[in-house]
Amino acid sequence: MKNFKHSCGVALWFMFLTLPLLGVRVNTIKSEVEWRWLSILWVGLGAFVLSYFWRWSLQRRQGQPKRPQGGAAEPAAPGLLQRLLEEPGLYRPMLGAILLATVIFPWLVDTYQVNIMILALIFVVLGLGLNITVGLAGLLDLGYIAFFAVGAYAYALLNLHFGLGFWLCLPIGGLLGALFGVLLGFPILRLRGDYLAIVTLGFGSIAKIVLENWDTVFYGAAGIANIDRPGLFGLDLKLTAVTTYTYYLMLLLVAFTIFVTNRLKDSRIGRAWMALREDEIACVAMGVDMARTKLSAYALGAFWAGLVGVIFAARNTYINPNSFTFMESAMVLSIVVLGGMGSIIGVIIAALVLILMPEYLRAFSEYRMLVFGAVMVLMMIFRPQGLIANVRKTYAYRKAAAEQAHG
Amino acid sequence: MDYFLELFLSGLTRGSIYALIALGYTMVYGIIQLINFAHGEVYMIGAFVALVVAGALTIYGFTGVSILLLAALVAAIYAAAYGYTLERIAYRPLRGAPRLSPLISAIGMSIFLQNYVLLAQTPDFLPFPALIPDFDFMEPVAHIMGSAELVILLVTALTMVVLTVLIKYTRIGKAMRATQQDMTMARLVGINVDRVISVTFVIGSVLAAIGGVLVGSYIGQINFAIGFMAGVKAFTAAVLGGIGNIPGAVLGGLVLGLTEAFAAGYISSAYEDVFAFGLLVLILILRPTGILGKAVRQKV
Repeated sequence: MKNFKHSCGVALWFMFLTLPLLGVRVNTIKSEVEWRWLSILWVGLGAFVLSYFWRWSLQRRQGQPKRPQGGAAEPAAPGLLQRLLEEPGLYRPMLGAILLATVIFPWLVDTYQVNIMILALIFVVLGLGLNITVGLAGLLDLGYIAFFAVGAYAYALLNLHFGLGFWLCLPIGGLLGALFGVLLGFPILRLRGDYLAIVTLGFGSIAKIVLENWDTVFYGAAGIANIDRPGLFGLDLKLTAVTTYTYYLMLLLVAFTIFVTNRLKDSRIGRAWMALREDEIACVAMGVDMARTKLSAYALGAFWAGLVGVIFAARNTYINPNSFTFMESAMVLSIVVLGGMGSIIGVIIAALVLILMPEYLRAFSEYRMLVFGAVMVLMMIFRPQGLIANVRKTYAYRKAAAEQAHG
Repeated sequence: MDYFLELFLSGLTRGSIYALIALGYTMVYGIIQLINFAHGEVYMIGAFVALVVAGALTIYGFTGVSILLLAALVAAIYAAAYGYTLERIAYRPLRGAPRLSPLISAIGMSIFLQNYVLLAQTPDFLPFPALIPDFDFMEPVAHIMGSAELVILLVTALTMVVLTVLIKYTRIGKAMRATQQDMTMARLVGINVDRVISVTFVIGSVLAAIGGVLVGSYIGQINFAIGFMAGVKAFTAAVLGGIGNIPGAVLGGLVLGLTEAFAAGYISSAYEDVFAFGLLVLILILRPTGILGKAVRQKV
């Protein structure tokens, strides 16, 4: 009953909130005022249901033991998905099936679908790259897409002016991305948390403004067209074949990215990143070189963005500054957040869901960004560890064994 | 000389708008150390509500300054409501969570609100009714200063005075300052901290809405995306002046506005935003505490 009353109140409140913007549309040219009472009613109904659910979830969350402050540490019980993933009898056939499906995928569907899949895989790599900076090192980067732009423009310009091929430009794009990562990281080494976020956001915006306005170098808002598709030993491939080829290329790159990030996670530098994420001061006090750790996190994160930037330019054969806005950065960030910061498999699933869903559910695509925003808020409140939590290595102290050891 | 004066005035005008929005950032940051990323969106919503109210009233046949006042009042009420709701939904459940969580939640809220307005209204720029009446100035003032600029400067100055009085002398102002100094201590002496934070959001949102209405009638058109840049700029202003510091926010806003106006006027208007961000980066590198900020010692 209390919940019912409360939810009624919430419904009324949201109807009040949405009244002027959703409920009224003013057309000053035709001098018409359009009242949309029906949508307000829907809002009221939706708010009522959601509020009921919201309170239930919050109560449930409060029932759980409180997580320790100041760290993402949460040795909570692994979810259903987690347990499924750790069951070898299930895990191996599943992985095999997924692998098989991805390999034969281009032979089952038409070029259009393959093209969408390539885009989704590009975002998988972007997500994994940003996962290094944000998920592992805890450095919130809101201008990540700028490095993507570096790679794309590097290939486009080199191809346009010097006729350099895709394969030569691929490492160049990655290295340029990393270089810009260091250049960006260097002046802001001292900053942390919120300041860092806002400065990276600033850098991202500056990059876009420069791309838009420096016509003589970047061809402004018109962009660059007729970029070469990826080549295969100088063979002249048809569009279908080249798309399939790009798809396999992307698959290989994804596999390579997963391999590298996975190895990095358990390396010395990966440990340093995670220490930095948990507590910067303690980490430095333990003798970790902060400058080197932060710069390497930026450089390695940016490297992947530069790399897939080249592929992005080659896939589209056309780029302009509109592909590199803050919204794209936010999208990659929400992929990392949704997937679970630091978790590789989570990031992959999140990227596929977030990129493919709007493509296949056309009705949904209009509300895509709205849902993104809501998801980011809800995830932070109800499941900050993401869809698939990154399981922390923990040291379990077993009392009996310890007693035995000490005789 | 005229050109210089014109730039100076336009810098002051936009600077005072930045200052109005920056106050919201700085007050919230001072109390809960959170960049309220969605603050720019509250400003945008304020402008939109004013547009809808003023537009509807104009169409139903009302005219005059009273419309502007009424639209501004409704916009302020709605911005306050949005600010309050925002805090309740996106920030309050995250008290005590790691610092990255509320920041991401704030970004999510900002994206959500932008797209809400985009879907509910239109993606296009909507004409904002020119509501600030024209006064006649005497020469030589007339051809460098418009009435809108004067109104903006006056309203901003008045708002600052009211805010200062509110924070210095009223009960809630004292509670706000106490909470800013030490939240636990404030709670111990019987201050309802949650209420103080809500009030802070409400005040900040009202200021942002005032800014939104002023900008709308000054520039003459608004769309759903205006909040984002304004928010980033206002945050820059807050950092410039020293975040958490109220006179600092005003000073930072004015410095930023003047910098932009002169850079746009004498160097290049296309790169105006680059100068704003450049200034932010420079300040953060050279003097991270801002112009008026005090160094904070971090306890380990």
